[in-house]
Amino acid sequence: MAEQVTYIEAISQALREEMKRDEHVFILGEDVGIYGGAFKVTKGFLDEFGDERIMDTPLAESAIIGVGIGAALVGMRPIVEMQFIDFISSGFNQVVNVAAKYHYRTGTPLPMVIRGPSGAGVSGGPYHSQSPEAWFCHTPGLKVVVPATAHDAKGLLKAAIRDPNPVLYFEHKYLYRRIKEVLPDEDFVTPIGEAAIRREGADVSIITYGAMVWESLAAADSLAGEGIDAEVLDLRSLLPYDKEAILGSARKSGKVLVVTEPSLSYGPGAEFAAFIGEEAFEYLDAPVRRIGALDTPVPYSTSLEKEYLPGREKIAAAVKELAGY
Amino acid sequence: MAQTKVIMPQMGESVAEGTVAKWLKQPGDKIEKDENILEISTDKIDVEVPSPAAGYLIDILIEEGQTVEVGTPLAVIADSVDESAAAKQAAPPKKEKKAEKAPEPEAAPKPVEEKPKAEKPAKADEPVDKRKFYTPVVLRMATKHDIDLDSVDGSGMGGRVTKKDVLRFLEERKGRAEAAAPAGERAEMPAMVLDGSEEIITMSNVRKRTAEHMIRSKQTSAHVTSMQEVDMTPIARYREAVKDEFRKQNGFPLTYMAIITKEVVETIKEFPNINASVDGDKIIVKHYINIGMAVALADDTLIVPVIKNADDLSIRGLARAIYDLAHRARNRKLTMDDIEGATFTITNHGLFGSVFGTPIISQPQVAILGTGAIRKRPWVVGGDSIAIRDIMFLSLTYDHRIVDGSYGGRFSQRLTERLESWDPSRM
Repeated sequence: MAEQVTYIEAISQALREEMKRDEHVFILGEDVGIYGGAFKVTKGFLDEFGDERIMDTPLAESAIIGVGIGAALVGMRPIVEMQFIDFISSGFNQVVNVAAKYHYRTGTPLPMVIRGPSGAGVSGGPYHSQSPEAWFCHTPGLKVVVPATAHDAKGLLKAAIRDPNPVLYFEHKYLYRRIKEVLPDEDFVTPIGEAAIRREGADVSIITYGAMVWESLAAADSLAGEGIDAEVLDLRSLLPYDKEAILGSARKSGKVLVVTEPSLSYGPGAEFAAFIGEEAFEYLDAPVRRIGALDTPVPYSTSLEKEYLPGREKIAAAVKELAGY
Repeated sequence: MAQTKVIMPQMGESVAEGTVAKWLKQPGDKIEKDENILEISTDKIDVEVPSPAAGYLIDILIEEGQTVEVGTPLAVIADSVDESAAAKQAAPPKKEKKAEKAPEPEAAPKPVEEKPKAEKPAKADEPVDKRKFYTPVVLRMATKHDIDLDSVDGSGMGGRVTKKDVLRFLEERKGRAEAAAPAGERAEMPAMVLDGSEEIITMSNVRKRTAEHMIRSKQTSAHVTSMQEVDMTPIARYREAVKDEFRKQNGFPLTYMAIITKEVVETIKEFPNINASVDGDKIIVKHYINIGMAVALADDTLIVPVIKNADDLSIRGLARAIYDLAHRARNRKLTMDDIEGATFTITNHGLFGSVFGTPIISQPQVAILGTGAIRKRPWVVGGDSIAIRDIMFLSLTYDHRIVDGSYGGRFSQRLTERLESWDPSRM
């Protein structure tokens, strides 16, 4: 197939292919069956796989996740959907205290995927725009992945489904239908824990993930004309994250900008910046800088949301400042 | 905005009015509570009126000499002078006249001191001179590649030396090292940038190499220079007599250097340790004598061609060699062989008129001889007569690691003897 596949179609493809490959894989969540999913990710799945593998649940995130945990413990491979990832907070205890610690406490693997649309930029307001990765990256026992391309949306989801650990898969709703590419025909997996250089450069390194990868690339393009050569490193996985790739990029340029979508303070960017400061200190030619959203809930108003979010202009300005340091 | 009015006080039960006799304070003055601010006189007594509040006198409403009823406002006191400005706007029109006096208080800087200090204490740090602010990677590279950061230009913020500046410096240094090898290379034209009162000249490769060599030599050898006076009259007279004929017959001149070089070579044979080099804790004494001759080129750079096996040459042979090498040096036709392998160097600084010198040793040799200008001087001869003689000073610099004062001194002394006792039979 030489046709281009959107990010959201890539997710559907991964789900379908894995459900066909392994009968233990099943999906549960709000409106996933009859409705086909709030964003139509599982459209047609009910007809194809039946209601024992595509399960509509009550509006009860804690219970949905808890059921998923229970199923995983008896050998199933559940894919729990959070209709909007913001709602995961209702099942927070199940994620961080049960799922994350189960193997540590009992030795029993708990293979499950919790996936859902995350991220802002669609005027979704505070409860339909969050990027909660920091909470879960800070929880040992979990894995957290954040695909930025259609290719990785498919590859990382497959990797997550096949992983024996609880994996949080945060797909970015802004990217759903906005990006597309041609995908390989054959079965492929994107390894968890590996970053990808999206743009090579030697002047400034931009360490980023998710929708911000695209904003960073746009910023880098706009600066190329000014003779500033920025590198864009797409982390793809946050827990674990590709330390070698980060160090390699930091050592090359000596000037690093960490760009993350969630609010700046105490966000994932702080982890990467601290790591670089510790491990690449002798290679730094400027302070490590972070860009994140403002320390407020996500605004509902479109113009306020634009001010709230990081974007190509803010990124370009920061890169330019670093380059001139 | 707190304002207090000063009113004409009642000084007695039956006193209905008072006269402002004298203002003790002027608008803008700082007032303490109860401090006297004016004198009033009534038909019974003269008295001072204290201020009802602390603050600043911002407005005098009643002038000296005016009589008003008890209770009439005489002046206004405000908490701060800034407030007085606002009060001024708010003052009714009839007070405009007096308001004009008031602009002075606005100029008073005192209230500014009350403002809080810088809101962001973190930024109270004095700025650092960025030219000497070296980041970790810059220090690391400087250490690794043995770079003196003082000699690296900074292109970063505030003149900071950046990683790129260091990389550029290394590239250039590498380029210089590679260009240093070939002899008689094209001397680069220095680039000149005119900048008002100063001129910036980029160093040519030759200049850079010379600079590096000189400083390295000074840091390597323990330089000591001692001087000898030499009566060159016998040599001078001979040369004067034969120089034109010599030139005609040979096609090259008979220079003092040729004769001096010959005597240097002979003296070296008696003092072999001065014809040596150092290698760690070993002294390598050379049994061949290659004399380096310092030559100044047209662009004021220095090159030192070498007379190989000078001890094989007669004075005439030396004269020819000197002429040939100098000629090729000035025409940039020297080969690598021509500038390598010197074991002892002579520099004729006297060519430029100086009588003494402190020449720098050409590494890895251990000595260099400077010859000063030959001048006619009144000299003591034959005991206690005075005659006019041709006098030259020798300045021998030697490396005190290898050559002690006595050895160097004796070398000089012997050379002097040979020169002073010279006669034409040595041709």
